[in-house]
This record gives sequence, C-alpha cells and structure tokens, in this order.
Amino acid sequence: MKKNIDYGEAVGVVAAQSIGEPGTQMTMRTFHYAGVAEHVPLGLPRLIELVDAKRVPKKVFMDVLVSKALAKDYEAVKTVAKNIECIKLYDIAKIQESFENKCINLVLDKDELEFIGVSGQDVKKVVEELGQKLEYDGRKGVITVYNKEETKGRVFRDLRKLTNRLKALKIKGISGLSKAVVVKDGNDYFVRVSGINLPEVLKLENIDLTKVYTNSVIDIEKILGIEAARNALIREIKQVLDLQGLTVDIRHIIVIADAVSSDGVIKSVGRHGLSGEKASILARAAFEVTVKHLIDASVAAKSDHLQGVAENIIVGQPIPLGTGMVKLRMKWFEVPEEKATEGEPSLFTKKRTLRKRKSISEDH
Amino acid sequence: MTEDFTTKVIGAVKFSIFSPEIIRKVSAAKRITVPDTYDEDSYPIDGGLVDQRLGVIDPGLKCKTCGGGVGTCPGHFGHIELVRPVIHPEFAKYLLYIMKATCRSCKLLLLDADEKNDLIKLIEEEGETVLKPQIKRKNCPHCGEAIPELTLMRPTTFFKDKSVMLPTEIRNWLEGISNDDLRLLGFDPLYARPEWMVLTVLLVPPVNVRPSITLETGERSEDDLTHKLVDVIRTNQRLDANINAGAPQLIIEDLWELLQYHITTYFNNEMSNIPPARHRSGRALKTLSQRLKGKEGRFRYNLSGKRVNFSARTVISPDPNISLDEVGVPMAIAKELTVPMRITQWNLERCRQFILNLTYPHADYIVRPDGKRVRVNETNRVEVSSQLAPGWIIDRQLIDGDLVLFNRQPSLHRISIMCHEVRVMPGKTLRLNPLDCPPYNADFDGDEMNLHAIQTEEAQVEADVLMKVHRQILSPRHGKAIIKPQEDHVTGAFYMTNDDCEFTKSEASDLLAIAGITKLPKPDRSDKYSGRLLFSLLLPAELSLKMRTKLGEELVIENGLLIKGSIESKAFENQILERIVEQVGYERAKWFLDSATRITLEVLTRHGLSVSLRNYSVEGEAHTHLNSLLDKTNREIDAYILQFKNKTLQKNPGLTPRETLEEKIMEITSKARDASGALVEKSFGKVNTAILMAKIGARGSLLNAVQMSAMLGQQAVRGKRLKRGYRKRLLPHFKRGVIGGMERGFITGSFKTGLKPYEYFQHSMGGRESLVNTAIRTARSGYMQRRLVNAFQDVVVRKDGTVRDARDIIVQFKYGGGGLDFYSNPAELLEKKIAVEDEG
Repeated sequence: MKKNIDYGEAVGVVAAQSIGEPGTQMTMRTFHYAGVAEHVPLGLPRLIELVDAKRVPKKVFMDVLVSKALAKDYEAVKTVAKNIECIKLYDIAKIQESFENKCINLVLDKDELEFIGVSGQDVKKVVEELGQKLEYDGRKGVITVYNKEETKGRVFRDLRKLTNRLKALKIKGISGLSKAVVVKDGNDYFVRVSGINLPEVLKLENIDLTKVYTNSVIDIEKILGIEAARNALIREIKQVLDLQGLTVDIRHIIVIADAVSSDGVIKSVGRHGLSGEKASILARAAFEVTVKHLIDASVAAKSDHLQGVAENIIVGQPIPLGTGMVKLRMKWFEVPEEKATEGEPSLFTKKRTLRKRKSISEDH
Repeated sequence: MTEDFTTKVIGAVKFSIFSPEIIRKVSAAKRITVPDTYDEDSYPIDGGLVDQRLGVIDPGLKCKTCGGGVGTCPGHFGHIELVRPVIHPEFAKYLLYIMKATCRSCKLLLLDADEKNDLIKLIEEEGETVLKPQIKRKNCPHCGEAIPELTLMRPTTFFKDKSVMLPTEIRNWLEGISNDDLRLLGFDPLYARPEWMVLTVLLVPPVNVRPSITLETGERSEDDLTHKLVDVIRTNQRLDANINAGAPQLIIEDLWELLQYHITTYFNNEMSNIPPARHRSGRALKTLSQRLKGKEGRFRYNLSGKRVNFSARTVISPDPNISLDEVGVPMAIAKELTVPMRITQWNLERCRQFILNLTYPHADYIVRPDGKRVRVNETNRVEVSSQLAPGWIIDRQLIDGDLVLFNRQPSLHRISIMCHEVRVMPGKTLRLNPLDCPPYNADFDGDEMNLHAIQTEEAQVEADVLMKVHRQILSPRHGKAIIKPQEDHVTGAFYMTNDDCEFTKSEASDLLAIAGITKLPKPDRSDKYSGRLLFSLLLPAELSLKMRTKLGEELVIENGLLIKGSIESKAFENQILERIVEQVGYERAKWFLDSATRITLEVLTRHGLSVSLRNYSVEGEAHTHLNSLLDKTNREIDAYILQFKNKTLQKNPGLTPRETLEEKIMEITSKARDASGALVEKSFGKVNTAILMAKIGARGSLLNAVQMSAMLGQQAVRGKRLKRGYRKRLLPHFKRGVIGGMERGFITGSFKTGLKPYEYFQHSMGGRESLVNTAIRTARSGYMQRRLVNAFQDVVVRKDGTVRDARDIIVQFKYGGGGLDFYSNPAELLEKKIAVEDEG
C-alpha cells in the first residue's frame, strides 16, 4: 500500500512543522526524578533544549544499571550507589578557619564517616596530597592544616584560598556525580545519580555497560561519538513527545536528528548553528542578524548562488522544491483541428514551462 | 505568445562595496548640495534632496533622468561629496583588523616570508581565508617600523598608541595596501578595497525609497532618511565653509566629528555608545540598518513574505451541507475576485457569454494575444465578444468550481493552507465544512480566514493534485486521519447503529436522499430499516473488519455491511475512515465523510439529544458515597499530617519529610478525584447523555463531568499544592500554620453545587497559572518552530532518492530509512498517474 517517496518532497520542512506544531499543545511542567534531579525540564522547554544542542543541559542525570546477576540484590546495588556518589570534604567535616593560628581545622563528622565507610586516616591521606603541612588528632577527629608557604601580607587571602580548595576536595566516589539513589524498576534495582561523568562510570565493575543511560546528548557525543548522539537525540525527542501524549511519526524525528548531526557534530538549529552556517547570504540575512551577514558578504565580495528555498523566495523565483525542482520545458503545440471534438480540453495541450510566467497582475 | 514567459533566470546575487568612482558613475544627480527639499511653491529644489533627477513621487511631474512618471520611473541615485572622509560605521571592525595586520610605514603584511607562505598554502587548501592571521611581533619584518597599539572605540573612533587617528590618516594607510595582501586577509580587492570603507562620497538613495507623505493639513512630512541626509549636507557645508575660512583646527575637528555622527546614525541608528538621532517629537529615527532588520524589516516583511493580489479575507462560519473540499464564498467576494481564463475553441461560446453578461458571472478585462489589455464595458462588449478567438484570455469573476487556496494563520503546518472548490453563496461569511476545522485549527468564535484565487492553469492543476482538502485527510505529522468525524457525527452514528434503531420506509428514503443515495435497498426488519443497514450503505464493499469498541462491545463489518456493534469515535476514524483511505482511496473517503456527515446529523436532528442540569446532579445513594469518599480522603490527609508532625512519616527516597508529605497528599487527592469519577460514572450510567458523549469520544471527558457534578479536586501551581499567599496561610479564611487539604487547594465543591469563596480564589490561582503558561508557550513554541523550519527548509528528497540539504550534503541515503512515503498518496494517486501517462 505504501509507495516510495516522491523526489522533491520537502521532508525537512514537514519534519520541522510536525515537531513544532504540537509545541503549542505541550505543557511547561518540570519533573523530578525521585530525589536525584528536581525540575528536570519536560515538554516544550526540554524540546527547545534538545534542538538548541545546549552545551550544558539544565539537569543531567544518569541511570547506572548493574549487571543482571546483581540487579535483584538491593544491598549490592546500594553499595554501587554509595561508591558512585561523590563525597567532598565539605560533606563530612566542619571547616573552621583560624586566623590567629593561621591554620584551618577540619572537624570530621564521625557519623558521616562511618556512613560512607571512610576512616579518619583515609581523609588525612587525601588531604596530605595537597602538600600542605598538617597535624591529625585521631582521638578528637580533627585535622589541622597549615599553609605551606607564608607569603607576607597575603596570609588571609591565601588561607581563604586554601579553605576553598579543601572544601572541594574529593574524598570518595566519582567526581561530578552527586546524590545517588537506588530506584526500583519491576523486580530490579538500579542506581540513579544526578550529574554526569560517563568515562568514569563506564570503568566501574559490576555494571551493565550497554544499559547505562544519561539524558545528556552532549556527553554522549563526546564519549560515545556522533552515531550514539544521534540515537540519543531521537530517543530523547521521542520521549518528550510521548510523555505529552502527542503522536509524531518517528521519521520526522529521524530527519531532524540526521540533519543536525550530518556534519559529524551536533549542531543547534538557531543562528549559532545550522541557520547561521547556511551557504546563502540572503537566507542568513532573512533569518537573524541581517546587517552583519550583508556586511561580511560584501567585504569578501561573496555571491549567493540561490540554491536554497529562502533566497529564491526573496528574488521571486520558483523554489527548488517539489514541482519547482523539475527543470522541464514543454513545447507548445497546436491541437490538430480534426482531433478537437467535444469535451474539456486536455491540460497537457497548453504551453507549460518551469520558470515563472509573467503574472497577469503585473500587467495592470 | 512568447512575451508571456520570462526566459531569464537570476543565477546569483553578488555583494560588494561601491567605490567612490562607481558612486559618482551611478549618480544621476551629480552633487546634491542643498540641504532642503521643496521650495515655497512646493516644487522640488534643483540640487536638493528631492531633485527631479532622483525620480519623482508627485503625480504630474516627469523624471528628469528617465522621463518616466510615478509608477514608471524606478528612481535614480545621487551623491554627496564629503569635504573630509568619514568612516563607514558598519565596516569599522574590518578597518581595525586590516590595520592590525599591516605595517603603517611600508603597508606590507606583518608576516615574514615563511608565515606568508603558510597562509597562502592554507588558503589554497581551504578555498578561502578561514583564519585571521594573528600578529604578535613588535616590529615590521620588512622595514623594522615599530607596530603601534591600535584600538577601536566603538563605533568609529580609532586610537594609535592612545592618540586619536583621523579618517584621512586611516584612508592613507589603507590605500597603500597591495591587492595581493588584501586577498590573504580575506578581502576581494576588486570589489571591496578597504579605503572605500572610509567614505569620501555618500550615495543618496532615490526619492522612491524615501517618499514624503502629505498630511491632511497639506503639510509635507519627510522620511527619516531625508531628515538624516539634510543633517549630513548641512554639516558638510559648515565644515567646508570653516575650512575655507581658515578656522582653527579644533573647530574643524568638532564639525568633522559631527559629520561622522550624522553619517554613523544615517547607516545605523542603534549603535552602542552613541545616542540615537531623534525626530523632533523625540522618536528615534529609523535609518538604513533599521529598515532591513527584524520582523518588520525589509527582509522578513517584504522579501521573505510578499503581499498578494486576488485574495479575500473575512469571518468564517460552519456549513455541514457543503462538501469538505468546498468553500462557501459570499457573492460580494466572488464578484471582486477574478481568474484569467484562456480561450480555446471548446470554451469560446462560454467565454463570449461572460463578456456579454452585464451582471454577475461576467468578465471585466480581456487580454489580446499581443498582450494588450482591454476593459470590457457596456459599449464595447458586443464588439469585443465578436472578436474573441482562441489564445485570448479573459479575466472573469469567480464562479462555482473554481479552485482557490484557503488559509488560516498561524500557518503552523502545511495543511494550514489547502485547495478548495468555490461555491458561491448568499451571506457575508466564508463557509467551511466543520470537518475541516482540525487541520486549520479553526473554530467559529470570530475566526477569519484568507482565500486566494489561483491565477494560472499550471498552479491550478498543482493545487488540485497536491493540495486538495480530501488529499490531506491523513496528517503528515503521524499519517493518521486529521479530517475525521467528530462530535455530533459520532453521536449521530452511535445512535443510528444502536441495536434498537429503526426507520420507516419514508424516513429511510429521506435520510438516504440527504446522503445522496438514490437507491433504496430491501428492508431488513420486516417492513422497517435498521440504522445499521442505512449506515452500511455508506461503506465500500471492500471493507471488512472486526474490532472491540470503546464501550467494550464487538463491532463487525463484513464486506461493507455493519453486522454488529455501534459506531464510536475510534471505530469511525481509526478503523473505518483510515481503512477506506488506504484500501479505496481519497475520493471514496471524501464521499464517505460527506454523506456520513449529512446522514448522521440528520438522524441526530430528528432524534434529538439534550443535556440538562439534571445530568450533572449526584443524588441519593451516590451522594452519600461521595460524601463518605470526601471524609475518607480528608482523614487520610490528616493522618499523614499527624505523622509528619510526629516525625514518624516514612521518607520517600531522596526527599525531605516535607516533600514526602506533599507528594503523599497529591497522591491521595488525585486518587480521590479518580474515585469520584468512577462513582459518577456508575451512578449516571448509560442513559446520561453527557457521560455517553464522553464515553463514545464525541465530546467532553469524564473529568469534565466529575468537575461539574462531584468535585473540582486538587488545585495546583507549578505542580504543587497551592502555597503562596498570606503569612503562613494561603488565604485569610484559614488559620495560620494549618496545612490540611482544604487549606491548600483541595476543592470539594463542584461547579453545580457552587464554590465557596475560598474555593473560588483557589480555583482562580490554578486558572491564572494556566493562562500565563499558555501565553508564554505560544511565544516560545512559535520561535522554536521558526528556527526549526528555517534550519531544515532546504532538506529535500533529491532525484537519486537521497535526502540532502542546500549544500548537497547527504542527510539520509533513503528517506526515513526505507524511502517510503508514509503520509500521502496511497493507491489512488497511482491510478491517476497511470491515467496521466495514457493521455500524454
């Protein structure tokens, strides 16, 4: 029943319209993934984020699926979650600056230490890596850090700098990932974690590499390549539309994803991406930042060869789409007298030409 | 005949900069010197800004350059000789770039031989300059001259080692740079020498570009550009006078700077760091840059979108009695719009009649083969009609059967504009079959639509084959029906196909006649006809299906005969309509929709269907159930709040106790509404028309009924229970610190019982959010769609079956992977194609 698509079909425009038209019916709600990421954009904002190819999406998170053998074991999954979550010194210790003694006291929280399974000695080792002079009082659980070199007159500033470095010091886990939560899916458990660090997660043991998920297309592009990113984009757009209960044929989404990734990198659709890189000067000028494009073109004495749609509309010619794409000219011929019987004349006895016929209106 | 066709095609448009020599050459009015427009007799001043050599805009005057009058003279350029050079503000950043890359003394590129070779090689490889050479040395590699530190203070002031550079100095510097070096910097020196960016001559646009308007008082009001040019000439003259009088350098430089300001704002009145030039009234002037830019600028307003003739616009109203691919056109519009009709030996007589007619279907103009246009009037019509011959063209008024395009904005997708057949009607609105509402997203609360009469046969055929309404039954978005039976059609069909629906012979004949069926079948229930039998007459014989309806019944159609089951929306559109389109074709589907519309509406009109207030009152046992449900819900909420206060609430993973509580309450309240829905459904049963319509998918939903009869349910802002308001409470009706259901927007009242004051306020809070969201959403999604369409407009299926963009880069090897067309043209077009080939 289905037939092959005609050439000249404006599949790009139809795809763009099919994705854009339901935009007015979408909600602007945000969603939260149980404690991991709140206000994850959904609906229209998420769709805009996807086609914009935002470098930093609003809320990124990952689903880390453990290997099948462990998936039903809550405790095992919990351990994975614990090991993933990035714990910083700030989370487990009070950091007190002592300006009189020119040192910083780190008062470790024993409960927290126990909870994450790290000893005071371990923390000390991590802090030592900074290369500062320090003392450790194991009984009180206090680490005192002194600034290594004393610069005259800048003591306080240097101390505060050191404090900030200490705060961000990673004690355990994978940097970039915070808040790991075990989520139940059917009978299986998996870890959902806010933030992203794909390379490190992929190095983990006991996880199912093929099932790790993230909502960040950009990170997928960086780590897994353009094909993976294209697939991710299709999946994400489809997910947005499905969640709103809108039906859009998958082929439209595929066209969008393919066009956006056809240069080997994910491009955005705005003036900084696909629209801004068009060959046609007129098309770019008609979109956004008009004057800049005209000026730039004149300096290099560029020509617009009128290959696209927008530029041909501007100069008033048929567009290279659909029936306008056919470069065909038919000869006018008179219908032989005897053949002319009754009935409506055939449409094909008239002169037809591709290029625009002078419209009647111009003769007024 | 050949004059009718343009044979030349624009191949390319090249952009460049005018050199002073070219400006002087194209200038028709040499040297405009008078900073004024009209003299006391309102006659254009020679050498002024509306000099008659620049073209004319006043009727009666002749252009002194081409001799044409208004309408024939395209306008001609003039020029102003500037006494001192002035920097073109839009090119300033290029000037800085060039000067930074060259030596001020020997004017050579600040690259040594090796670097230069590297650059040449790079350009050869890339085809054009892709990298701006970065120069990081302190002395010129050629003459050893120290390289000054150059800065640009926007928009046009240059500094060399912190002292101001005069435009003359800049121009001298630029003039010395060789063509070869410029090419390496990405310039095309034949078309864009950098010194041309420092203006010595200013091109004055023709008056046609900046027409003055005459106010009712008879006063002339000049265009913003003319005002600006007056400023330029005046300042230029003052500068000239001061230089000739030997005024001190300081005064000259001040005037020079003023000239620079006027020219800067002449080009762009929105430059940063300079105040915009203003009109006397305080409004900022709209100068060249502003004319091009933005939504109302030349590009988007006049070039990407153009005004058209042969169009009409008015309010739309529904008419289910016309076919879905027709449009009812008011007589007033039909008389105004014309269509050219080419005379052939077959339609000669008909055309002659149009010429002879004095009233409605007549022709106003004829076009002779030599291109001459003759107006037909009472005196010459007989003579003209006798001369008519094949090959002539008449412009006749719109008549029934003409093809027109019909459109409603916003045109969000391609089915926002479709081809209809004209049906001239009395009345003043455009009539539209209500089936066509979904693709246009139209309703009849005052919507207006546009109509375009198609002016060439080629375009008419194209519109007929590609854009006709019945070819758009399937939406390109998902390949499913978008033009489909709705609302009353579904209700009517449901009633008609019920088990106990019967018609007498006379009723049946009426119904079938309305649907356009003239043959009465044999009655199937003794002397009566079942509704199913009548409905079956609309179905094609090829159709057989078995399905389960929304009501859970079984529906069976065998060879076009409805045997069992009642039609509801899903069966009507998904099964029957879409199958007809796929198996038989668009024409048959159109006929089905048209006749089904008429027959079902007639059945419904005769039977009658009403909804009353009583449909929405919950009474007796159901009422007690509802009350106990509300009590239960409130108790549950209170229980959770108590747990929360005692800190015994089980936390949801990753949430704070407070968040957990909110989530639990939202869950309870939404469950309560669902439960009341079930209750309402049960108590109203199958006899309630409102519920029935919801169930068969004709109109409304169960939620509507629940909100009207049982309760509104939980109101929410940003997906959470209502919160903001007074200190520690939502409204002054409540006690501080209470966070129960009622206090946070759980509305137990219904629209029928009426809302309590606080419920009313809570409901309006939720209502406000959705209004605001809608407003924001339309703007945001409109912009997103503009960007999407702009980015993908050149992505097309090429002749080799690949999908490519304007750069010829392959996007897909086969469309959608399989190269199949899923959204248009099933069987029938193939038939048509064969027919066309036969004719050829």
